[in-house]
Amino acid sequence: MITLSDTARKPPVSVPPRVQFKRNWDKRLSYIATHAVGIALGVIFMLPLLFVFLTAVMASDQAMTASLWPTEWHFENFVKVFQKAPLLEYFGNSLLYSALATAGALLSAIPAAYALAKLRWRGQNLFFMLTVAAMLLPPQVTVVPLYDLWVRMGLTGTLVPLIVPYFFFDAFSIFLLRQFFLTIPKDYLEAAKIDGCNEFQAMYRVLIPMAKPGIAATAMFCFLFTWNDYFGPLLYTGENQDHWPLSLAIASFRGMHHVEWNMTMAATALIMAPVIVLFIFAQKSFVKGITFTGVKG
Amino acid sequence: MTSTLAEKASPSAPATARAGARRAKRRRTVLFFMAPAFLGFLIFFGYPLIATVYYSFTRYDLINPPQFIGFDNYVRMFTTEPLVGTAAYNTLWLVVILTVCRVTFSLGIASVISRLKSGVGLVRTLCYLPTLAPPAAATLAFVFVFNPEFGPVNRFLRLVGIDGGLWFNSPEMSKPALTLLALWGSGELMIIILAALLDVPTEQYEAAELDGAGLIRRFWHVTLPSISPVLLFGVVNSIIYALQFFTQAIVAASASAGTADVAGNSKLIGAPQNSTLTYPIWLYVQGFRYFNMGYAAAMAVLLFIVSSGFTWILVRQLRKSQHQEEGA
Repeated sequence: MITLSDTARKPPVSVPPRVQFKRNWDKRLSYIATHAVGIALGVIFMLPLLFVFLTAVMASDQAMTASLWPTEWHFENFVKVFQKAPLLEYFGNSLLYSALATAGALLSAIPAAYALAKLRWRGQNLFFMLTVAAMLLPPQVTVVPLYDLWVRMGLTGTLVPLIVPYFFFDAFSIFLLRQFFLTIPKDYLEAAKIDGCNEFQAMYRVLIPMAKPGIAATAMFCFLFTWNDYFGPLLYTGENQDHWPLSLAIASFRGMHHVEWNMTMAATALIMAPVIVLFIFAQKSFVKGITFTGVKG
Repeated sequence: MTSTLAEKASPSAPATARAGARRAKRRRTVLFFMAPAFLGFLIFFGYPLIATVYYSFTRYDLINPPQFIGFDNYVRMFTTEPLVGTAAYNTLWLVVILTVCRVTFSLGIASVISRLKSGVGLVRTLCYLPTLAPPAAATLAFVFVFNPEFGPVNRFLRLVGIDGGLWFNSPEMSKPALTLLALWGSGELMIIILAALLDVPTEQYEAAELDGAGLIRRFWHVTLPSISPVLLFGVVNSIIYALQFFTQAIVAASASAGTADVAGNSKLIGAPQNSTLTYPIWLYVQGFRYFNMGYAAAMAVLLFIVSSGFTWILVRQLRKSQHQEEGA
């Protein structure tokens, strides 16, 4: 089908038949070559994940050898690993952090993004630029006074210092939502206002339903970021193992629980799984969200 | 300021009052929408940014009140403290090598995918998926895959007759190994570049082809000029990414050392031989392991100065592209 449409589209008017023939051959070769490279790329990118899985189901002594394929398949390793370490507890902490942070980010960022995209006010551009700067600067730049602040409030050792800021200001969510909101025509909001809606109602009844894909993408990125976050939890909960999320637990997993590579890889696979499942279900909005974060030329 | 302007321009008193009331109402609306963001920005970004500068001139251990010591932290940073130089070097290494590799690699993969006629979605998904893996978990996976004795990579290399090396266990190979890990997770940049590549009008390629331009010249004269803003974004984005490189380096150090210890334990940080000690990691250790908060703040100020330059480039680019959109 592909070659058909190709030849149908192409032939320039004045090309002699023999050159045409050669070109078709070149085309076919380059078609095969690029697809071979494409397949190879996909496989190479997947290989590390495959090795993780294969090692996870090996017996412990086999995991220490150079063999790649399990001689026996120990799927029970995925269950056993829960007895080696309180993974469920860590999972709960991760879920708490990610879910609350995401909820907070949406609550605070939707109105802010609305005001930045759809209202006109003095300092609007300045605040937007500052938001972008806050999004891009390394978190280590502001970490000393922030830590000091949370110590004085007696909240270090918990996840609170990580969650609370999301209820006020999350630069990335504000940025991404604003970019999404800009694509929604103003006319709909104007119409709603003529019908007697105030700004809040216009946002709530018109903009939010129309911007659902963008809001979903933002929520996913926020969830993903917090789920994967390592620096924040290390800083604030490092000393208090009861509040560790998975990302922090997995890093010290092997050392702390004296477990073998197969168990470590089983835990690694379990941590990656939710994210991969999330992606499979919501691929489109991921891709859309990513292209939105890139600066369009 | 707005009120004085309005007073001057207004023809009659009642109209002014009405306009003023409307303006006040509008200001209230904006405030209603923006209040949490304003507050959060001030507390969680504005204040700490300024306070960092203050702390950088003090000696502070979180327990005793900060003690003003002038430029001592900065002097120490540039003269006597030995490891900050190593940390800065490692981060600079990453900024240069990682940025070059990440942009070229993403561009290369995106161009392959953009030339595919079928299976674009599948290949894109497969190349992007690793990006989502939690960095700590991805690092563990890589430490295993690149294990010198039984890792699949060295096993494969032995098969083709190459001695694979120690990767995360050798000071020379640890940063290249971290770079490979970062490339494995550079799917976001790849997708951004891919979107830009697909946006290049096909007529331009066809015109160039008719003019007899080969693959390389087409890339140079058609592709590059039209995706250059995205490439600039990629370069700056990668630099910022490299400047804050933290998780992978800290986890790789403790996982490859393989001893029974908690990740982030200062004994393991930077292993092997401080080759993975990045600037943000050393800042973390100084501030939150040794509680030299003043010194960490001074390091943060330097990091801010360096990264704000790159941040500014992106902010300006964003503003420019927005003006273009508004003008169109």
